[in-house]
Amino acid sequence: MDVENLNSVMIDVLKEIGNIGSGNAVTSLANMLSKRVDMRVPKVRIMEFKDVAEVLGGEEELVAGIYLNLGSDVEGNIMFILDLDSALNLTNMLLGREDVELDDIAMSALSEVGNILASSYVNSLSGLTGLKITVSVPSLAIDMAGAILSVPAIQFGLIADQVLFIETVFQEGNNFVQGNLFLLPDMSSFEKILSSLGVL
Amino acid sequence: MKIIKVGMADLNIVKAPGILTTLGLGSCVGIALYDRYNKIAGLAHVMLPSSKEIKNNENKSKFVDTGIELLIEMMIDKGAIKRNLTAKIAGGSQMFSFNNNSSILKIGERNVLATKEKLKELNIEILSEDTGGNYGRTIELNAEDGSLLIKTIGHGIKII
Repeated sequence: MDVENLNSVMIDVLKEIGNIGSGNAVTSLANMLSKRVDMRVPKVRIMEFKDVAEVLGGEEELVAGIYLNLGSDVEGNIMFILDLDSALNLTNMLLGREDVELDDIAMSALSEVGNILASSYVNSLSGLTGLKITVSVPSLAIDMAGAILSVPAIQFGLIADQVLFIETVFQEGNNFVQGNLFLLPDMSSFEKILSSLGVL
Repeated sequence: MKIIKVGMADLNIVKAPGILTTLGLGSCVGIALYDRYNKIAGLAHVMLPSSKEIKNNENKSKFVDTGIELLIEMMIDKGAIKRNLTAKIAGGSQMFSFNNNSSILKIGERNVLATKEKLKELNIEILSEDTGGNYGRTIELNAEDGSLLIKTIGHGIKII
């Protein structure tokens, strides 16, 4: 299966997976913060490599990215990306403090948030499809959006000339925290997911 | 001055006066070629080490091997002489680290190695490089003098 060959039913199914998965993830974030967190309807995006960073406001935009590898039945990765202000506000809320920089404790907290979001996302995906999916430990990088997104883009580069991902934008009720959750399964895993749901 | 942006899996050339730039280089490698006598510069932003390991290899600018070849072709078309060409390279960092270093995460390192091999095979000397590490880079190649400006977040600015 190629990225170009996805039909609208498949895209709808992927969108729905994103909806359920990120719904769960956002609920766990809301519980952690004891605040309301809204999410937008997930988008299934198919993009050229050179345009990918536009999603986050350009290649040089400074962001915090938490990357987790998926394994077992579904290969690919999940990324949780926040702008720097959001990352700081989020850790301040979690740790109950008012710091102005991301120190080690804050970075560790961010990684853990990424871990919890990814796990709840993947749990619902796994429950939905009956596929076994494992999640690696999180790894955090704070850098230019282009540099961070080069990692999943290269993974797609191995098999396609475009990137396909499911994106969910969410924001905490008072707008102090905004972020993006990306699910990027490998193409072969898309097939597995779709066929486990009877779409292929 | 003309500033031309080179995206991921993309390449371009310019004759002086002009600047080629690629933003937010991570594990990809920026390959800057320069003919100092004719003041023609070329920049490729490649993602993967080899077009031969992969089935879907139509986009030549995606790979080290075919990207360099295409870039040289375009520069020669524009009036550059192959034996004048020198190279500078940047990028190839490892943005995320894990205990079990899978090959996909070490792709930056492999990209740099493949670039060096390909340039050696073509007898193109590498004048300088700024590769590896765990951070992103924005680079600007000036066709006037072949200088390569490297900007980072938290790791300084330099010209190589």
